[in-house]
Amino acid sequence: MSLRATHRDAGEVTVVDLSGRITLGDGSALLRKTIRGLLDDQRKNILLNLADVDYIDSSGIGELVHGFTSVKNQSGDLKLLHLTKKVRDLLQITKLYTVFDVYTDESTALQSFK
Amino acid sequence: MDGFARGSGLRMAPDNKHLEITLETQVESVNLAEEMCLRVAEAAGFGEDDCYRIGMSVREGVINAFHYGNQERPDKKIYLAVDLTAEKMIIHVLDEGTGFNLSDIPDPLAEENLLSTSGRGIFLMRAFMDEFDVLSGKTGGAEIVMSKKLPVPGGGSPNGQGGQNAAPEQEA
Repeated sequence: MSLRATHRDAGEVTVVDLSGRITLGDGSALLRKTIRGLLDDQRKNILLNLADVDYIDSSGIGELVHGFTSVKNQSGDLKLLHLTKKVRDLLQITKLYTVFDVYTDESTALQSFK
Repeated sequence: MDGFARGSGLRMAPDNKHLEITLETQVESVNLAEEMCLRVAEAAGFGEDDCYRIGMSVREGVINAFHYGNQERPDKKIYLAVDLTAEKMIIHVLDEGTGFNLSDIPDPLAEENLLSTSGRGIFLMRAFMDEFDVLSGKTGGAEIVMSKKLPVPGGGSPNGQGGQNAAPEQEA
């Protein structure tokens, strides 16, 4: 299943709802394009909702890191919401779980940007 | 591990199974290789978690061949072979690059590499498979060889917690 991305504004934060796989090719490219588009629109507080993302490969991990550093470089913040078990395990073994701010509740995640 | 049969005089026990496929150096080959190996793994009796780990490892092996080995050059090929023995599923991924040494691969868990956007594929294969090695392939490129022990009939997987660097159980 290829990646789909929609986004919605919640005050100063943009929530990006992703579903599908973030893998080499179209999935990674769409994530990059989405984050770049938000930064171009000066939307620098981004919450990635990964509730429906059940698969990420090393290319997808690289794209998450790229997004994270791109947003940070523009003095913004990129955080993660609703990790599936597979994605959480992947971030744990790659030690990225400690790099990203990860939330299990959207309202708590939104509050954390303030 | 048995590897590629082409011209090698491969000998295997009659009940062993061997499958190999030549892939184009293109993104679609990554999905094709993953799907093919997932079907073999499912047919061999691996559970869902192990199938995920095997599929991911195949993806990473072919991504490595596609990107680093063959430098995304469409005139080069990727060779994938799967051996099923009585004990394990063995996967070989061979590229037509110049090869590499495992010792030259930076540790993706090192503090200075944590924010690197690449370099985690080898680590994931090592983490998810029981055995992993990189050899000098017959084409001059790198040959990744990795295996997973077959599940014990009726007893689930003997290695259901993953491979050499399995994910720790940790609450979010």
